[in-house]
Amino acid sequence: MATQLMIEKWLGNVSTTTIGATKAEGGTRANVVKIGGEQGLPFLFQEAAMPNKPVIAFEVWDIPPVDWPDELVKSLGSVVNDPFAWAEKCVSEYKAKILCVRMQGAHPDFGNKSADDSAKFISQLLKKVSVPLIIVGSGDDQKDSQVLPLCCEAAKSERCLVGSAVQENYKTLVGAVLADGHNIIAESPIDINIAKQLNILISDMGLSLDRIVINPTIGALGYGLEYAYSIMERARLAALAGDKTVGSPFICFVGQETWRTKEAMISQKEFPAWGPEAQRGVAWEIVTAAALIQAGADLLVMRHPKAVEKVNKYIGSLMESSL
Amino acid sequence: MALSGLDIYKLLPKTNCRECGFATCLAFAMQLAKKSVSLEKCPYVSEEAKKILEASSQPPIKLITLGTGETKFDVGNEAVMFRHEEKFHHECGIGFIIEDNLKDAEIKVLLNKINQLSFERVGLQLNVNLVALKQNGQAGRFIEALKLVLSSTSLPLVLMSDNVAALRPALELIRDKKPLIYQANKNNFSELAKLAIEFKAVLVVQDTDLDVLSGLAQEINKLGAVDLLLDTGKKSISEKIWDLTQIRRLALKKSNRSFGYPTIVIVEENDPYEEAVEVATYISKYAGVILMKGIEAWESLSLLTLRQNIYTDPQKPLQIEPKLYPVGQAGKSSPVLVTTNFSLSYYTVLSEVEASKIPSYILSVDTEGMSVLTAWAAEKFTPGKISDSLNQFGVADMLSHKNLIMPGYVAMISGEFEDTSGWKITVGPKESAGLPSFLKNVS
Repeated sequence: MATQLMIEKWLGNVSTTTIGATKAEGGTRANVVKIGGEQGLPFLFQEAAMPNKPVIAFEVWDIPPVDWPDELVKSLGSVVNDPFAWAEKCVSEYKAKILCVRMQGAHPDFGNKSADDSAKFISQLLKKVSVPLIIVGSGDDQKDSQVLPLCCEAAKSERCLVGSAVQENYKTLVGAVLADGHNIIAESPIDINIAKQLNILISDMGLSLDRIVINPTIGALGYGLEYAYSIMERARLAALAGDKTVGSPFICFVGQETWRTKEAMISQKEFPAWGPEAQRGVAWEIVTAAALIQAGADLLVMRHPKAVEKVNKYIGSLMESSL
Repeated sequence: MALSGLDIYKLLPKTNCRECGFATCLAFAMQLAKKSVSLEKCPYVSEEAKKILEASSQPPIKLITLGTGETKFDVGNEAVMFRHEEKFHHECGIGFIIEDNLKDAEIKVLLNKINQLSFERVGLQLNVNLVALKQNGQAGRFIEALKLVLSSTSLPLVLMSDNVAALRPALELIRDKKPLIYQANKNNFSELAKLAIEFKAVLVVQDTDLDVLSGLAQEINKLGAVDLLLDTGKKSISEKIWDLTQIRRLALKKSNRSFGYPTIVIVEENDPYEEAVEVATYISKYAGVILMKGIEAWESLSLLTLRQNIYTDPQKPLQIEPKLYPVGQAGKSSPVLVTTNFSLSYYTVLSEVEASKIPSYILSVDTEGMSVLTAWAAEKFTPGKISDSLNQFGVADMLSHKNLIMPGYVAMISGEFEDTSGWKITVGPKESAGLPSFLKNVS
């Protein structure tokens, strides 16, 4: 007797967000990146289409990295001392299709660059590289609400992804994103209700849902990964059941969370039983990424070139049978 | 799958004789559905009804035990597709494949490495579970290699061979140790089923086609081998995700008994990073047992940590007993650090305090297992709560000072706490990694 397979049919789907604008679309990017659009759970191609594969964005800073472990800095080489060279290396050598630039230098504790200087940096970066950009703030809310609107303006019509909007502070950024034709990252603290609420608030201001990408706030492997994992699964199931307000693609800051864990950083000398830190850190970043990809991650911001290479290969083999 | 009260009612005599103690058969059926009475209370129930009801009370995915003694472990008995629906119950077993054509010395090196793979994380021990010996040549060599394996591991074993001439003497060596035989297929299943029954072993059933696989599992079950694991063979990662998802769905949602067993996946990938992402995928997506090659500590540590994360009960975060914990030779003048009773918070702080080598106290406040910021937002980590803990554990009496170190993320409650409690606050770093240098400066 033939086994009756269980095929899930979903009413809803994830919205598709396009990052980057080509010349024909009013921008200057050489390529665009599309994320989202899933019609079912990840990689179950026999029951639901997954039109866009998960994408990795290399993380670069507008200043040389601060507090990054030696192994990570070593893997990128001396280019990290020159943000433009760093960004260019990601594109030319590591074949990045999209970059995530963090305006860390604007933070009061990290140089306190002015909003004007930050905007200038973005203008120059757009000339140096031709891939689409994700632009994120320094983490200082007050400063970011001055810096990000000017960065948005500097990148007008380039259809960047800019973040992050949070529940307590979203209006300024939404306004800037609307005015200059970008997409927005909506960040919620591992809470599906806040994610939904924030998406509604943002779309009420006139930014359509397909221009929102949810940052569910992840923890690294061993540091609360499972909370984000389940929030993402719940949100995705709700979206597939038809709730458009949580049907945005997910962005996960994998590198940022991984490279502050003890397991990714501490030397083998101090913890002989854990093996060499060079491989351990990479493993920590790729296992974090793999689990989140299975939970539905669409865009992963990562740091280590080896980890990016391996996860890209993994995504490639996952997508093979979709053809 | 559990039957509803009405389903059960249809199987009862419907005479309303009241001998069970309930007014009607329907009332009795409703209680049966809730499992609050036993079917034995009904003296008139038919044999057929009994059978159906017993079958329905079995778990949809069979619980399988591998190994004996301290290293034995269970897989299966899972109840949900997504961990947030309830939880994933039994951590998947992780084991390592050893080829029998390696030299004895090489096998010993591998076994020694496997024996080192045990890590403490958030107060729990993370362990690997299985050693799998794979036959590549003569039966004699397989037995020799098995003896070597037995002499240096107490982990449950997997015999990877489809050769009865090798399996029988091997099983005789590990009689009653509940090993796993890998694997029975449509060509050899009746012989292997006999061996599995005779030696009380668990048998892997393999076919790449789900139809054939379910037919085989049924046949083998009829022969009397009932402890099985299912394998759909070598495929691409997304095809494996499809198979594992279908098997779990069919068992849970269609009560398809021939898929009601845990699964096993073999990962044969030489690059350890590529192996790690693949294993990570199957840990997340329903594998019951995973056999792999890479035995590097860094690889195992990351995979065992993922397994711990995925199998944590989402309703009950790992937590520790709230109390005052001395670290090192803490005395009257030692610093006191305040944190929550969320395991991850406590153990992260603990490892940094230990690294600083400065004897200290850690006050673990009862936040019902929430982390610092979550607990603060939920008002479980308030000045009042912290004061209560200080009083409850008699902290003031154990010290010659009244200073507390507060996590950097909740600096905002320091003022109110100082005003209401009479203690002085020093705001510590936001990340516990900053604690060693912080402690050196304050002391």
